[in-house]
Amino acid sequence: MALDKSEVEKIAQLARLHISVADADEVANRITDILALIDQMQSVDTDAVEPMAHPLDVVQRLRADEVTETDHRDELQTLAPEAQDGLYLVPKVIE
Amino acid sequence: MEWESVIGLEVHVSLSTKSKLFSGTASEFGAEPNTQANIFDLALPGTLPAFNEEALKMAVRFGVAIGAEIGTRSVFDRKNYFYPDLPKGYQVTQLDFPTVGKGSLTITLEDGSEKVIGVTRAHIEENAGKSLHEEFSGQSGIDLNRAGEPLLEIVSEPEITNAEEAVAYLKKLHSIVRYLDISDAIMAQGSMRCDVNVSIRPKGETELGTRTEIKNINSFRFVEKAIHSEILRQQEVIEDGGEIIQETRRYDANKDVTTSMRSKEVANDYRYFPEPDLLPVVIDESFIASIKSELPELPDTKKARFMDEFALSSYDAGVLTATREMAEYFEEVAKSCGDAKLAANWVTGDLLALLNKNDIDITDSPIQAQRLSTLIGRIKDNTISGKIAKTVFESMIDDSADVDEIIENKGLKQVTDTGEIEKLVDEVISNNPDQVQQLKDGKEQVLGFLVGQAMKLSQGKANPGQVNQLLREKTKQ
Repeated sequence: MALDKSEVEKIAQLARLHISVADADEVANRITDILALIDQMQSVDTDAVEPMAHPLDVVQRLRADEVTETDHRDELQTLAPEAQDGLYLVPKVIE
Repeated sequence: MEWESVIGLEVHVSLSTKSKLFSGTASEFGAEPNTQANIFDLALPGTLPAFNEEALKMAVRFGVAIGAEIGTRSVFDRKNYFYPDLPKGYQVTQLDFPTVGKGSLTITLEDGSEKVIGVTRAHIEENAGKSLHEEFSGQSGIDLNRAGEPLLEIVSEPEITNAEEAVAYLKKLHSIVRYLDISDAIMAQGSMRCDVNVSIRPKGETELGTRTEIKNINSFRFVEKAIHSEILRQQEVIEDGGEIIQETRRYDANKDVTTSMRSKEVANDYRYFPEPDLLPVVIDESFIASIKSELPELPDTKKARFMDEFALSSYDAGVLTATREMAEYFEEVAKSCGDAKLAANWVTGDLLALLNKNDIDITDSPIQAQRLSTLIGRIKDNTISGKIAKTVFESMIDDSADVDEIIENKGLKQVTDTGEIEKLVDEVISNNPDQVQQLKDGKEQVLGFLVGQAMKLSQGKANPGQVNQLLREKTKQ
């Protein structure tokens, strides 16, 4: 499966990565190589294999439902570029 | 052409845990902005999730309540997208191995018929924060109090065929999660939200049409109206030779129309992958069994019991078990006054009318269960008539005094003194010679009229049984 430049641009856009026009072909080739490897792996019969969710063979520990954090808003908001009325401010986003 | 519609609902309920899904930050509604947003919730580097046991239990509780398969091994995944109210850049959810699998619930429609609606799955995920676009020029304000709050997303099978069924399904879900005490499920506060998938197809066609998704509808009534208006829109588009495009739409309640928001990103645009910061969640049968054993009586079971134990109609039992609070109120009245039928009439009649008219929740009812029970008791022991009881009921709304005191103070006690009733009956007989003659001639219907006259004369206070009896005796040949 070969990937073309426009698909690279789309993936880059989704991941918010900047890939220059000059590099796009090279990136497309490299991803195509990776996909070839995946194609090869797909040919292995995995019918009887349970999908692995995590490389460690252990299970999730559960946390008791208790409030252990206190309010640190004022300190945390000093880390943000801008805050007002308790809100973090960002460039206007309208969907 | 005749059309039929196919509707699927995705309902998000906020789980009422004390802390967030993956952090020990408080998860209360209505706190000051960002006072419930700490380092993990803000996605500061180096922080890791710690899964809330109670959220898992609540999800399993919902699952066993709807007879669903419970995932003994569930896996969290990252759903990646960029938006300022999602600090991590991904939402942790469960894609392939949700905690709750296939189940179903039964809805009751207005004509009394029942229908089983399948639930495809219910998965645990985290909420995003809130963006406020209005207050700041050229900027948006972000409140992350809700970020990381635990949600249960409940996905229905596309088995709902019209707006009425959709609302019945939602109300049933609402009732169940409240019975289970896993969510407040208050739509106006966002603790229950609903996305509706709608498609239409020619009647009899088996293949599904292209669907649109209407996002974030926040009341039962708007769900109904949005579905109506979207079905009509799709019919018009197709009948005008157009095509439905798969997209997300928003319902504008003022104009009663749906409008396009954006084309739905195809599923793999979210680039899901297993969340490496969380391990698979494994539960065993004993975990599930112990949750099952702690389940409260659910609406369907309660309804059946009310019909059986109190000889109520299916309709009355349905109304009385719609919410747990209503059922508890009724049961207290019924048991303490000893007359379930009267209790049901009063609760579904005068009390519900009062609560609906003033938009009061039954837990805030101005007339508490014990007082209503005393009132019914006074009808049963003949202190007052059923009609006078309505007057007493009205007074009880604003007067917190004892029921007996109200009856006494207002002079509403039923007249049972034979001498007094005899006087009334004599007066009625002498005032209505024609009707008395008719009664003597065997015209039975006139008796009702004469009893009515006597009751009127007594301002409703005479015991109607005694009036009836005396009138008969005195008009006998």
